[in-house]
Amino acid sequence: MKSGAKILIEGLQREGVETIFGYPGGVVLPIYDELYNAPIRHILVRHEQAAAHAADGFARASGKVGVCLATSGPGACNLVTGIATAYMDSVPVVALTGQVPTNLLGNDAFQEADISGITLPVTKHSYLVKDARDLSRVIREAFYIASTGRPGPVLIDLPKDVSTNQVEDRPPEGPVSLRGYQPTVKGHPRQIEKALDLIGKAERPVIYAGGGIIASNASAWLVELAERFMIPVTTTLMGIGCIPCDHPLNLGMLGMHGTEYANFAVTECDLLIAIGARFDDRVTGKVSTFAPHAKIIHIDVDPAEIGKNKQIDVPIVGDAGSVLQAMLHKAKKGGRENWIEKIKAWKKKHPLRYKDDGKLRPQFIIKELSDLLKGEGVIVSEVGQNQMWTAQWYCFRKPRSWLTSGGLGTMGYGFPAAMGATFARPGEQVFDIAGDGSFQMNIQELGTVSANKIPVKVAILNNMFLGMVRQWQELFFDRRYSYTELPPVDFVGIAAAYGVDGMKVESVDEVREALKTAIAADGPFIMDFRIEREENVFPMVPAGAAINEMIGGHPR
Amino acid sequence: MKPHTLAVLVLNRPGVLSRVSGLFSRRGFNIESLAVGTCEEPDLSRMTIVVIGDDAQVEQVIKQLNKLIDVVKVSDITENETVDRELALIKVTAEAGSTRAEVMQIAGIFRAKIVDVGAKSVVLEVTGGSSKIDALENLLRQYGVKELVRTGKISMLRGTKTVKPSK
Repeated sequence: MKSGAKILIEGLQREGVETIFGYPGGVVLPIYDELYNAPIRHILVRHEQAAAHAADGFARASGKVGVCLATSGPGACNLVTGIATAYMDSVPVVALTGQVPTNLLGNDAFQEADISGITLPVTKHSYLVKDARDLSRVIREAFYIASTGRPGPVLIDLPKDVSTNQVEDRPPEGPVSLRGYQPTVKGHPRQIEKALDLIGKAERPVIYAGGGIIASNASAWLVELAERFMIPVTTTLMGIGCIPCDHPLNLGMLGMHGTEYANFAVTECDLLIAIGARFDDRVTGKVSTFAPHAKIIHIDVDPAEIGKNKQIDVPIVGDAGSVLQAMLHKAKKGGRENWIEKIKAWKKKHPLRYKDDGKLRPQFIIKELSDLLKGEGVIVSEVGQNQMWTAQWYCFRKPRSWLTSGGLGTMGYGFPAAMGATFARPGEQVFDIAGDGSFQMNIQELGTVSANKIPVKVAILNNMFLGMVRQWQELFFDRRYSYTELPPVDFVGIAAAYGVDGMKVESVDEVREALKTAIAADGPFIMDFRIEREENVFPMVPAGAAINEMIGGHPR
Repeated sequence: MKPHTLAVLVLNRPGVLSRVSGLFSRRGFNIESLAVGTCEEPDLSRMTIVVIGDDAQVEQVIKQLNKLIDVVKVSDITENETVDRELALIKVTAEAGSTRAEVMQIAGIFRAKIVDVGAKSVVLEVTGGSSKIDALENLLRQYGVKELVRTGKISMLRGTKTVKPSK
């Protein structure tokens, strides 16, 4: 006989869990008691939202399932933003929540919230466990569901008596089998033939590569396919890292803050090969003018994404890695010199740029960091201008080196996600590129990094504004800066109060030294870069415009 | 935009109905009717959902339903030959010596059963396709429909074909 709490811990161990992020409370006391001596490391965060983001950051940086734990009611509710973030970006996370005892369920008991109900729209699946004998099976299924097919978060709600009850545990054996869940992995051979046929005929093809390539660890095959056919590749925000930044076929990011040449190429292409991407509105701009001359091949593991926003000519349901391998198996060589030359000319004429006038500009800081780390390490961002500048200016060379909240756009994601990433990639540099607004959304995690000596380096691009919102106000609301200005904050002082070292940087000359100091630091380190306050992210496609109608670009 | 009839087999699990209905509301799909109950397999329930939308919207509904872990099979049976039934209970004003005879006559024509008789009203039970029940309801309005309850459509394929899932 074992307690539910013990069964839970053993179940997590069977799934290979080494680290979980959590926060204790009343109904999870039995679980925490079991954790006290368990060979699983528990990181005590300062707010449950950070536990969810840390689990997410761990998952993205490692490719494994991240795990977070919170108590019932407010604890569980605090996980919601983190779970929704993971859901929108298809990140495998298992969220464990305590719940009031089964006899009080539905009674409005102290710290009761219907968390499986609350998270229904933002989880891939969820369980409310009412019998400890189901627990081993549920844990196994949860990890399986979270990590297969299109990955996503799974919630397990654990009433207190389920944790304390002593039952006979019978861990399930053999592979998980679920009647209602059989994701398609292999692409249909006839569809693959059709796709190869279109590729063979295309004169101006472009690959539009999304986060699905990172999730299925398919980057190497993507690059091989692009090289074999000489097809330029543009990546979504989530796809960054699947092809090295300086690869001659890489067009960089497309969409709202994409490169001009990526958006031109997509607008003029005659074949668009979408892989693990979902035609998000930030990518397509006005859908009817997105890739208007192109036949479209769409490869995705989630059939519901195919044809959701855009009519598809050749749909292929399957895992990106599996489908790309199958395509490579049959692919012959091919090249389109004219098209490649045209793109080269665009790249030359329309590069990303910023004003190099000796003032402290964020693009320069990111470029310097990229230079110093040589594209290695893990770069995490918050949301807003900091995120877009990093996506544009950091030279990513590897998959899983860039973690950002793309779909939900969660401010406050970066710092805790960076904490999680350090456990996935020990010994590597982990930087959070932050804004002063975003950083303050989970600033309490200075306590976590300090107490656990978690070596997260934070570069705050401090403009004393909610910069992206201010940019929209400048461009579309006649510079009426309604509630977007933030008073100055002494971030170095706050860090110091938590026992974290930091440095304020006010001029271009100090940037390299500060970054070197941060890189050399064994523990956490905060840099407060006082950047040009009204620097904008350009180029930019206004909401609802066609993606080749950018502002802040070069004259055509 | 036209009604599509979906036969949905789901696992008998707590919360499965809220997962399905939540999906419809969240994604802005309109349910015209939903009927749910047990079926020939004890572990499964069968839902008949009538959803209104264009073909692309309904395709998206089906794909999203298929993503739910507890959904075993979704079949769009709109274009198939089916037996469709709805059941309605209708409480109609029908006083003895006044309109009762007429109401009972109409019931007879529609092969509706009188399942309860009160001093001033009767309760009719009628089964059939939606349009038959609509027609009966419209006819009875003039006498005064005090209460009406309908089950929503259930459908089954004609012939030997079934919507059973592969095990």
